[in-house]
Amino acid sequence: MSENNQKLDGFEGPGFLATSLDKAVGMARKNSIWPLPFATSCCGIEFMATMASTYDFGRFGSERLSFSPRQADLLMVMGTISKKMGPVLRQVYEQMAEPKWVIAVGACASTGGIFDTYSVLQGIDRIIPVDVYVPGCPPRPEQIIDGVLKIQELVQNESLRRRNSPEYQELLASYGIE
Amino acid sequence: MSSLTQEYITEQLQSKFGESIQSMEMLHDFLTITVEKNSLKPLMKFLHDDETLNFHFLTTLCGLHFPDEAAQFGMMYQLHNMPANCRIRIKSFTNDSEPVFETMSDIWPAANWQERETHDFYGYRFHGHPDMRRILNMDSLVGWPMRKEFPLEDPFRGDKDDKMFGR
Repeated sequence: MSENNQKLDGFEGPGFLATSLDKAVGMARKNSIWPLPFATSCCGIEFMATMASTYDFGRFGSERLSFSPRQADLLMVMGTISKKMGPVLRQVYEQMAEPKWVIAVGACASTGGIFDTYSVLQGIDRIIPVDVYVPGCPPRPEQIIDGVLKIQELVQNESLRRRNSPEYQELLASYGIE
Repeated sequence: MSSLTQEYITEQLQSKFGESIQSMEMLHDFLTITVEKNSLKPLMKFLHDDETLNFHFLTTLCGLHFPDEAAQFGMMYQLHNMPANCRIRIKSFTNDSEPVFETMSDIWPAANWQERETHDFYGYRFHGHPDMRRILNMDSLVGWPMRKEFPLEDPFRGDKDDKMFGR
């Protein structure tokens, strides 16, 4: 269990815990996130280090990467996204099943970074909603792990009905996503 | 050593295309020939087909833009004769606002994608090209990015406040 795993509120005794359903589901989801690495440049290399033995991303329940968007929970966008790549990224996001989260790793994915030019998308939040931004150029594996732990907090505390809420529908509608 | 001498190449080209050749010079160790646009294709075909010249390999081609010149748009080709280890550079310029060059893709198939790239970035069209459309940029891009007047910065970026950036 990771360090940031707070104790769940509930009635606890020897060998059992009684709590509400969404807290139990949140705990289960949080510790079994399947990430989809969308790695296009140097941040992707840092992610490879994050997955390898020294930093061992698997400690946080994300041992298994999903290379199909349909089974992925977390879209990790790592690297420069050109405008020509934009529709591809958006299609990958649309193919993911709810609930889904997005993390923008590095300056390029977050804002376009140093590539202030006609061919580069100035931040992926122009085409898809983003939950967590990780700064850095490229960020170290510790920073990527910190970003994913932030995602875990969101996952744990998200209400089961959030995806049906008018606010969430409105957010998706603002990106033109059904 | 190259068995194909610079004298031989210049002599051959002078005798065949004398009046349409605008300049011939050695730039460092690279024979560079500027030719009128109308004679470009026959000259290139001659360089490729002639058995002695035998420039069978197209190393690269690209567009040129010199906005201050009268003939501001140009093309540059580099050819290589590998058996003789001899290289040559051909340039051609035009002052058309919408330049059209003859395609080289029927002589060297390698020119196909490179001409598409030149079209993509300079807006030239290549007459006779089998598939003249953008290759690297997104299809919805307006304008030709490698022309000097094209703004490098993303013009649709909203967070660039002139107050913050001192412009």
